[in-house]
Amino acid sequence: MDDHASAVPVSLAKTRVLVTGGTSGLGLALVDELRARGADVAFVARTSGCVEKTRRRHPGTLGITGDIADKDAIHPIALQVLGWRGGLDVLINNASSLGPVPLAPLADTDCEDFAQALATNVLGPFRLTKAVLGALAASARDGRGAVVVNVSSDAAINAYANWGAYGASKAALRHMTRIWEEELGHLGVRFLSLDPGDMDTPLHALAVPDADPRDLLAPAVAAQAIVDAILAALPTRPAVTNPGSATYAEALR
Amino acid sequence: MIAADRPIKRPAWARLLVVDQTGRVTQMPRANWLDVLRPGDLVVANDAATLPASIAGIHVRTGQPIEARLAAWRAPVSATPAVFDVIVFGAGDYRTRTEDRLPPPALAAGDRLAFGTLAATVAELTDHPRFVRVRFDAQGAAFWQKLARQGRPIQYAHIAEPLALWDAWTPIAAAPVAFEPPSAGFIIAWRDVAAMHAHGIHFATLTHAAGLSSTGDAELDRRLPLPEWYRIPASTATAIETARAEDARVIAIGTTVVRAVEDAASRLGGIRAMERQATQRIGASTPLRIVDAIVTGTHEPGSSHHELLRAFVGDRVLADATRALERDGFRTHEFGDSMLVFADARSRLRRASLPASAACAA
Repeated sequence: MDDHASAVPVSLAKTRVLVTGGTSGLGLALVDELRARGADVAFVARTSGCVEKTRRRHPGTLGITGDIADKDAIHPIALQVLGWRGGLDVLINNASSLGPVPLAPLADTDCEDFAQALATNVLGPFRLTKAVLGALAASARDGRGAVVVNVSSDAAINAYANWGAYGASKAALRHMTRIWEEELGHLGVRFLSLDPGDMDTPLHALAVPDADPRDLLAPAVAAQAIVDAILAALPTRPAVTNPGSATYAEALR
Repeated sequence: MIAADRPIKRPAWARLLVVDQTGRVTQMPRANWLDVLRPGDLVVANDAATLPASIAGIHVRTGQPIEARLAAWRAPVSATPAVFDVIVFGAGDYRTRTEDRLPPPALAAGDRLAFGTLAATVAELTDHPRFVRVRFDAQGAAFWQKLARQGRPIQYAHIAEPLALWDAWTPIAAAPVAFEPPSAGFIIAWRDVAAMHAHGIHFATLTHAAGLSSTGDAELDRRLPLPEWYRIPASTATAIETARAEDARVIAIGTTVVRAVEDAASRLGGIRAMERQATQRIGASTPLRIVDAIVTGTHEPGSSHHELLRAFVGDRVLADATRALERDGFRTHEFGDSMLVFADARSRLRRASLPASAACAA
C-alpha cells in the first residue's frame, strides 16, 4: 500500500494527522485521502475488528481502539498517537453520535441518548483537543502549523425536527470551535468547523434509512474538500532543513 | 516543609517564593508569576508529556510480582525495539514508601518479564541488583498500545489516591518522553501563554525526558540524574540565541530546562537545533551560560534539584530561602508550591569570565 508514496505530492508528507471515527463513512474516506497525500495517519474507532481492518487496508497507519466519549480513554489515545510520531499536527474530530436511533423528537428522546450525543460530539472533542493541545502548539511554534477540524453539519445551524440531540450537540461543537479559534489564534493553532454536506455514510443511513444514495455526496468527495481546507490552513509544507528535526524524524521511522 | 498530598496542578492557593538578583526573598500568589517578568524576557519550558512509566508484572523465571519503573531511554527515543534503563522493585506498589519497598527477585540477563501483554527481556545487568537494562518485545505502535494499557504514572506514597495519566501531564505536554512530570511546568496556564504573547514576553519549549526523583536506594539516588534525552527545536534555538544577542533574560521553567540548555551550550558553545543526552551535573561551580532565572519546586537540601540551585545563588541566600519555605509552611513535592530564583551577581560574573571559545557564539 505504501506504493502511494512515490506518486504523492509532497504536500502532506511528514504531517501527523489523527482522525477519530476513522473506520467508516467520512472518517475512512479521510484516512484514504490523507494516506494518498502522504500524511502519517493515526485513527481511532471503538471496535477493534474495524480498527484492524482499516489498518490492514493502510499499512503504516496507527490504529487505536478507543471510545472518545469515554473520559478515561482520552489520555491513553493521546499517549499512543503522540508517542508514535513524537507529536501531532492535525486533529480531525470526526466521530459523531446521532443520539437516539431511530431519530426522535426531543420530547421522546431519552436523557441517556442526549447525553451520549453530547459526550461523543462535544465533550470528547473538547477533551481530546485539550490533551493534544500542547503538541499542536509545539508544531505551530516550530513552523509546521497545526489545525483542528471539527466536523459539523447543517443541523448545527438549522432546527430540524427529530434531530434535537444531534443538532444541539453539533451546534455546541460549532460554537466551541469558534471560541477555541478566538482564544488560541495567537498560538498559530487553527480551528475549523467544516460541514461536509449530506453524505452516503452508515451514519446517514441510520438517520434517514430511505434516502436515495444518488442524492447524497460520496464521502471521498467530502474528504477531499476537508483535506484541501486543512492544507489551506497550514503553512506551506517546508522541506526538512533542520538537522535536529531530521534526526528526530529518522529516529521515529 | 509540608508534603503536597493531592494531585492538584494549579491550586488557587499555590504560592511562589521569589529570590531576586540581590538575594532578597519575597512571596506572592503563584498565579501572578508573570508579574515578575518584563517585556523581552524569554520563558523556556519543557513540553515533555509524562509516560505511564510504572509497569506492574511478573518475573517469569520465579513467578514473583515486580514493579518496573522506566528511568532512562537507552535507544533513540521512539526507536524500536524500545530499550530502557529500569529500576525494579519486588511485590507492592506506590503505597509503600520507596525506601521500604521489597527488592526484586535476583535478576539475570536474559530473564523474561511479563507485564500483561507487554513482554520484555532483561538485556543487561549493572552493578546494582535493582537497576537493569530492559528491552521490550513490542515495536513502534504496538509498544505504545501495550504501554498505554499496562503502565501508570510513577507515584510516591505522599499521595494516597492513584494518579491518572492526566494528573502527570502539564498543560503544554506534547511528546511523551518524561519518566516523571516536568512538574515546574504545572505553573503554566494557557492564559499565561496568551498573557506572555500580549506583553511581549517570548515563550519557547524544548523536550527533555525528565527522570526519576527518587529510587528509594541511597546508592542509586547518588547516581541521579541519569543521562536524560532532550531535543531543542529550531525555533527555540533561534529564540535563545536572539535573547542572548539582545541581552534579554532567559527564564527556565524547571531544572530540566536548565540541564538541557546548559548541556547544549557547554558542549557546542551555543544553542542549535539538536537532540542528545544531557549528562552534565549542575552545581555550585557550574557556570550558567544561558539561563538567568529558574522556576522550580521547593526542594529539600541535599537533593540534586537543590544542588542545581547553587549554580544560581550562594549558600547564604539559599539558606535564607529554605528558612522562609520552612517558616511559612510552603508545600513540597511535584504538586507543591514554587520558587523563582534569579542568578546572582557572582553567577553572572562567572558567565562573563568564560573564555571566549566556550561562551555562546552571538
